[in-house]
Amino acid sequence: MRHLLSTEDLSLHDAIRILDTAEEMSAVGEREVKKLPALRGRTVVNLFFEDSTRTRISFEAAAKRLSADVINFAAKGSSVSKGESLKDTAQTLAAMGADAVVIRHWASGAPHRLAATDWIDAAVINAGDGTHEHPTQALLDAFTMRRHWSKLAGTPSAGADLTGMRVAIAGDVLHSRVARSNVWLLRTLGAEVTLVAPPTLLPIGVEKWPCAVSFDLDETLAQGVDAMMMLRVQGERMNASFFPTTREYSRRWGFDDNRLRALDSLGLKDTIIMHPGPMNRGLEISAAAADSPRSTVLAQVRNGVSIRMAALYLLLSGENREPAAAPVSVSAATSPAANPNLTYSHQESH
Amino acid sequence: MAEQQQHADNSGAYLIRGAAILGGAAEDLLIRDGVIAARGRQLDADSAGVRDATVIDAAGLIALPGMVDIHTHLREPGREDAETVETGTRAAALGGYTAVHAMANSTPVADTAGVVEQVLTLGRTAGWVDVRPVGAVTVGLAGEQLAELGAMADSRAHVRVFSDDGICVHDPVLMRRALEYVKAFDGVVAQHAQEPRLTAGAQMNEGEVSAVLGLAGWPAVAEESIIARDVLLAQHVGSRLHVCHVSTAGSVEIIRWAKSRGVNVTAEVTPHHLWLTDELARSYDPVYKVNPPLRTDADVQALRAALADGTIDVVGTDHAPHPSEHKECEWAQAAMGMTGLETALSVVQHTMIETGLMGWEDFARVTSTAPAAIGRVQDQGRPLEAGEPANVILVDAAARWTVDPSKMATMGRNSPFAGRELPGKVVATFFKGHPTVLDGKLNTPYRWPVDAVDAGPAGLRP
Repeated sequence: MRHLLSTEDLSLHDAIRILDTAEEMSAVGEREVKKLPALRGRTVVNLFFEDSTRTRISFEAAAKRLSADVINFAAKGSSVSKGESLKDTAQTLAAMGADAVVIRHWASGAPHRLAATDWIDAAVINAGDGTHEHPTQALLDAFTMRRHWSKLAGTPSAGADLTGMRVAIAGDVLHSRVARSNVWLLRTLGAEVTLVAPPTLLPIGVEKWPCAVSFDLDETLAQGVDAMMMLRVQGERMNASFFPTTREYSRRWGFDDNRLRALDSLGLKDTIIMHPGPMNRGLEISAAAADSPRSTVLAQVRNGVSIRMAALYLLLSGENREPAAAPVSVSAATSPAANPNLTYSHQESH
Repeated sequence: MAEQQQHADNSGAYLIRGAAILGGAAEDLLIRDGVIAARGRQLDADSAGVRDATVIDAAGLIALPGMVDIHTHLREPGREDAETVETGTRAAALGGYTAVHAMANSTPVADTAGVVEQVLTLGRTAGWVDVRPVGAVTVGLAGEQLAELGAMADSRAHVRVFSDDGICVHDPVLMRRALEYVKAFDGVVAQHAQEPRLTAGAQMNEGEVSAVLGLAGWPAVAEESIIARDVLLAQHVGSRLHVCHVSTAGSVEIIRWAKSRGVNVTAEVTPHHLWLTDELARSYDPVYKVNPPLRTDADVQALRAALADGTIDVVGTDHAPHPSEHKECEWAQAAMGMTGLETALSVVQHTMIETGLMGWEDFARVTSTAPAAIGRVQDQGRPLEAGEPANVILVDAAARWTVDPSKMATMGRNSPFAGRELPGKVVATFFKGHPTVLDGKLNTPYRWPVDAVDAGPAGLRP
């Protein structure tokens, strides 16, 4: 794995490896000193062409817990209107010796351009590109689901996939990079995905995706759902006739209090409610749903740091930089605990 | 003196030995004084008028009428960083063209007699091909008010093709009026069929690939709905309509239907739409970003069939050079367009001739005869017969070459065929009897008589 650009081309092996490594990283986050020396001396650049404080600080926390040097580059707005092209920005970062570039961009495919051109030689992590993909979000969602699913089964998370888990994703699929990344990753991990949205907010061609599609949230819930993921919906979409009003949207596709109660009446006592944030309370999700014990919203944020630590570690640690590296066993060789470089740093303990 | 020397070049005589005329039997062509002076098997080398001719051994080569591009962007005036009339017409000559229609979306827009005459003069000064300016339909391509179409038609540029290409004349009343008005001077409206509201922010063909890539879709219906409307308008007002760069199977069906009803409509397809599909967008490499976008393989097959059966009349390159910084960027930031003049012949050979769909006679029809007729270019697209203007190319169909944009004459490096091996190579181009290309390399430009550089098309003056 040279870059992390999308989940569409992420193999099951690599996906499990990232999730398992994140489990190890999560253990670090629970220690008193939440820091490892693994990426000491390495430079990670957060290159953000779009505002996203949440994602940026998550990546920043992840890199810092691995002792990397972090540079935040907020290139907000269009690169051309700002006068500097993506190419020039990338070459500037290369000249500064960036080892990894975490890029958030409003244009779909911008991370692919960085990875495919000779503008920069660093590892590229896609932190969300346009309406294309947001792979670390999907990975942290899968991580959250896997912990829940394994706990229900009474088995360890490590090494597990999501076979048999029923996941519904509801909202603005058309404009959602989170939905796309989740569909591909959840397919790879063996989950059964149903997309629920108004027909206007599904892309032409969705019928070819490896998932079911429904226009009816209640019917989807009635058929049984283990994880219900709500996507953020921009109220302004109604101005472009994607739906008549935000109220009608909420009634038909929002996770409101009635649907929260329906989970109980349907006997779905273990169903979790997920949201990538930031939430529009009262639009796609009610306050009661967001704050219910079923909600994993804060766990998702917490797990995000572990996933991003895992991604940075796997891309930047020497043994994995070589694309031709022999497959390594998930439990042993890539385990941070088995890697002296990653063991808890006693020097830094008090 | 130099002037006289160049005039002497123009009046040179060339004996083309043993070229397969339109891919048929091998014959000789004697070119003298700008016309085909004789055609026949084994012209007598010692006869008068042949003796002093430069002999060109054309054994194994195919002789075709000089190609006429109905759709070229030469960028000048205004974007000389992308292309100039000089560089674009050099590319055209190398690609086998003897005439190109220069689209109106320059800066300033070619919407007045002054601008089209400027482009005409630039073309004649360059001398590589006949540059036929296209006039804008509306002032500034803004789609609000008709440009002075009559003034452009009556100008020295003698404009017959009018187009807002790049932008659709989407107002149905304005389109109706334009179609009606150009009847006064035998003009044609060349429509860029793109319903603007259905394509706001569009980046690529809307379908399975755009759904995965998260790029805003350019649906086929946005093209087809405009074509359907326009053929009905053309029928209603009895006008001549040309549809630029048809890209979908549905458009082909509509045009086929319109032709069967007797509507006076012609249609064009680009070389790239005959080959490439939207799968290439998966690379996010903007060299594949073009308008209309690359479609699906089903569309490609339908376009090939339509070109072969005459539903689509012509191949137009939509040659659209861009400076590299407009392609070395994010897909959404990138300019739309591809170069095409130097690869068109090879791509049509690959997609239409080597597939058995067409022969070289058909090739001559779709790249020369038909586009010359649409553009009312009187002295081009003519038969290769004695007495006809000597606009002739020699093609080595057996040649194979690998596309290297850095070696092209166009300033644009944005060829989607870069790195591909293509068949067919233009060996020589004769423009008005003068070899602009010899041995596959640029020779010298044709030198228009001094009074013609600023005068109207030859043969069209009173």
